[in-house]
Amino acid sequence: MTSQPRIGVYICHCGFNIAGTVDVDQVTEYASKLPGVAVARHYTYMCSEPGQTLIKQDCEEQKLKQVVVASCSPRMHEPTFRKAAQEGGVNPGRVEMANIREQCSWVHKDSHDATEKAKALVASAVAKAAYLEALEEREVGVTPGVVIIGGGVSGLVAALDVADAGYPAYIVEKSDHLGGHVADLNRTFPELEPVADWLPFVIERAQSHPNITVYFNAHVIKVDGYVGNFQVQVAGCRMQDAALLPLASCVLRVGAMIVATGYDVFDPRRKPEFGYGRYPQVMTTLEMERKLAQGDLTVNGKAPKDIVFIKCVGSRDVQLGNPYCSRVCCMVSAKQARLLKEQLPDSRVTVFYIDVRTFGKRGEEFYDEARNAGVLYRRGNAAEIYRKGDRVAVRVEDTFLRRTLEHEADLVVLAVGMEAREDVTDIAELLKLPRSADGFFLEAHPKLRPVDTAVDGVFLAGCCQGPKDITDTITQAKAAASSSLIPLIRGTVPVESATAVSDPELCAACGMCVEVCPFGAPSIDPVWNVSVVNAVLCKGCGTCAAMCPSKAIRLQHYTPEQILAQVDALVW
Amino acid sequence: MQVDTLELSQKFNLYGCIQCGKCAGGCPVSIKTSLDVRFLIYEALTGCLPDPTHMEELWDCTCCFTCVERCPKDVKPAEFIIGLRSLLVENGNIPRTVTDALQGIFRQGNPLGLAREQRAAWAEGLDIKAAQEGVDWLYFVGCTPAYDQRIQPIPRALARVFQAAGLNFGTLGIEETCCGNEVRRVGEQGLFEMLVEEGKPLFESTHARQMVTTSPHCFNTFKKEYGLSGIEVSHYTQVMAKLLDEGKVKFGGRVEKKVTYHDPCFLGKQNHIFDEPRAILQAIPGVKFVEMDRIRERSLCCEGGGGRMWVEGTNIEERLAFQRVQEAVETGAQVLAVACPFCLLTLEDAVKVKGLEDKLRVMDIMELVNMAL
Repeated sequence: MTSQPRIGVYICHCGFNIAGTVDVDQVTEYASKLPGVAVARHYTYMCSEPGQTLIKQDCEEQKLKQVVVASCSPRMHEPTFRKAAQEGGVNPGRVEMANIREQCSWVHKDSHDATEKAKALVASAVAKAAYLEALEEREVGVTPGVVIIGGGVSGLVAALDVADAGYPAYIVEKSDHLGGHVADLNRTFPELEPVADWLPFVIERAQSHPNITVYFNAHVIKVDGYVGNFQVQVAGCRMQDAALLPLASCVLRVGAMIVATGYDVFDPRRKPEFGYGRYPQVMTTLEMERKLAQGDLTVNGKAPKDIVFIKCVGSRDVQLGNPYCSRVCCMVSAKQARLLKEQLPDSRVTVFYIDVRTFGKRGEEFYDEARNAGVLYRRGNAAEIYRKGDRVAVRVEDTFLRRTLEHEADLVVLAVGMEAREDVTDIAELLKLPRSADGFFLEAHPKLRPVDTAVDGVFLAGCCQGPKDITDTITQAKAAASSSLIPLIRGTVPVESATAVSDPELCAACGMCVEVCPFGAPSIDPVWNVSVVNAVLCKGCGTCAAMCPSKAIRLQHYTPEQILAQVDALVW
Repeated sequence: MQVDTLELSQKFNLYGCIQCGKCAGGCPVSIKTSLDVRFLIYEALTGCLPDPTHMEELWDCTCCFTCVERCPKDVKPAEFIIGLRSLLVENGNIPRTVTDALQGIFRQGNPLGLAREQRAAWAEGLDIKAAQEGVDWLYFVGCTPAYDQRIQPIPRALARVFQAAGLNFGTLGIEETCCGNEVRRVGEQGLFEMLVEEGKPLFESTHARQMVTTSPHCFNTFKKEYGLSGIEVSHYTQVMAKLLDEGKVKFGGRVEKKVTYHDPCFLGKQNHIFDEPRAILQAIPGVKFVEMDRIRERSLCCEGGGGRMWVEGTNIEERLAFQRVQEAVETGAQVLAVACPFCLLTLEDAVKVKGLEDKLRVMDIMELVNMAL
């Protein structure tokens, strides 16, 4: 215990979220009588300006030494309250939080029980607060540079922004060319602009940019380090005078990473009812793109008279494991249907759909244009395709007519969806990146942090995070570049201050801490033969402290005294 | 009867339709008939349109054009119905009563089939100028106001007001012939074009720069479908409101009545004239004006338009006019004011059938104005 604790306790109402279930008056009254507590208050929104000012002023005027805030999860506002306390002259390490929202008012319905639990949580936090020590804030320098995994549109755009900002960008591309899937497209919606009008220029700019280095046929072997100082080991080839020269693996030292690995196209063979691969008249939208680009619209040597588009192939399909919507296929279908009708005016073009999701700027108008060009939209999810003479028949119920039909066609285009890539497991493992249920990389927060990942310094761009069109891909790539530039421009990154510390007097150099640490923070000093923890690598997870047989390693902010004080307060 | 659905789909741009259902949802008769214009459009688009020969429900459409007003894709479903009707007309598959009306218009210039020579009888004793002599204002009376005894007081009142206001106006007398608004709407495009061909030069010969009509139906077709250049077309409520504003109408008496107003589809929904009729009613001394709920753009169609004056429809048990007069009664109004001869006749009919004569009187705005002059 520090000499004479003077603890300020702040109970937040969080509007109705806490105060609706927990009797905040009671808890405050209770807290004011706990040992070591100098002042106890409650307020509607502690995280607000007035709330923070309250803490800051009390710290100054009441000469507080420790602060306890009973509110939401520390993941929400711990930094906010640490800052408020610091501004009032209290070291941020001496701030403890009690989660009486996510772990109390949000999960219990009974007001009496929730209040009692809130009191217990506050008592426990106060008990720990008495033992809190000051923490040192540390910052480390940042190695300028960003590694971008993937040389498709998202990777290229991100690299260009980083490079234009004056920082080195390294593109690690798996194949022997840049441009990804976009390079296979003909024209893009809604303006029907040819991809050839802009993509080659983007690629050219990237390849000739003095700050961009591109590795072809390349992959990431190993990733060490942390935000601000990653060491990325890459094997691949460099382009020299239009030839690819293999390189021995090299280590790229950068401050941030962007994952821009793109997507896989759904293989319609997994929907055998469509006969893809059996009937030459059945093809995917991507294959149709190639035909449109090449200007060859014949099927079996003839111009098709009856053309059918089938949407949602491989998407919105629970049994396939792809329950999500692939977002782009409605626009792609409208685009190709309209182009085909315009180029083959005597043909009949029908789009069978469950819904039409032509969202986004100029999306609805694009759908209008397709229909006004004479494309017929019929509601019904096409069920199967079989041969009829030398044509195929599409079996489908028109749900508006409530009639099942055999719609004969000379050409059927399957609007296939996007899937998470199969070949990114190694990257996911190397970077420890979580995935969402649909298999795409998981963003840190769907609304607030759409390009961040759970790993600091690693960002996401493009379809590897989820299906999206080129506009949204480029937008996200720019966002990822911008976020990756933050540590680079700042020049330093803060590192966790609540790290593990080893006492050389107690350490027997058994080496268990070195074995269990996921971050490689402890090492046995060869001269002194004791464990030394690298405060910069340490993330404060506490595994080593738990393992240490002689209790030589203690985790700051989670010392045995602090934790036992918490337990005592709960039990007694 | 063979229908070229591809041609229909292209002609009426049915491809624009997204089957949202806004048309059928707002169609006033959709709750009492099997007419579903959304579905008809889809059937045409997909080449599954049944032979329309015996589609009785096609004649239920009142051409209120609510569907046209509201379609988010500007498809004009009612025009498609008119298009289907015109196919039936070509084939001769139309209700007998419609044929009779059309023949009357063709032969005698009015759907009632009454003698042309009697068309000016309503104006007896009023000393109205012949527009052919050259006037500023051409007053187009209309068939029903000219011939129907119940409606004749309206043009008489209007003429008197115009005279008192010093308007240089005239009528075409017995040269006036049906405007053809309903003719086009029942699908008789040929006869309509003939009426336009004959009417236009006749109007232009009067050198009038202004035209005013009794009926919103005539007003609608002259304004939007005749292509009259150099002639501004108004409905009488617009002219009356202006005259009142300019102080050219003097009220001597009072009408101590609670009055509510029914927006006619061809005046309100289709031409957005809502305020002038109300202004007139509220200017009449003694009138206490109350509004029903379904007013203005949501006014409940009386089922008088689109040829419905000549066709009972597939469901004669339920009439929207019954609902309408009931709604008027519920406001506590003693008078249901209208600005359209068809509305007047259908709503008055409903009052009689429902036995509400002692509760509600249906009157044209001009009848009320006349009472206060």
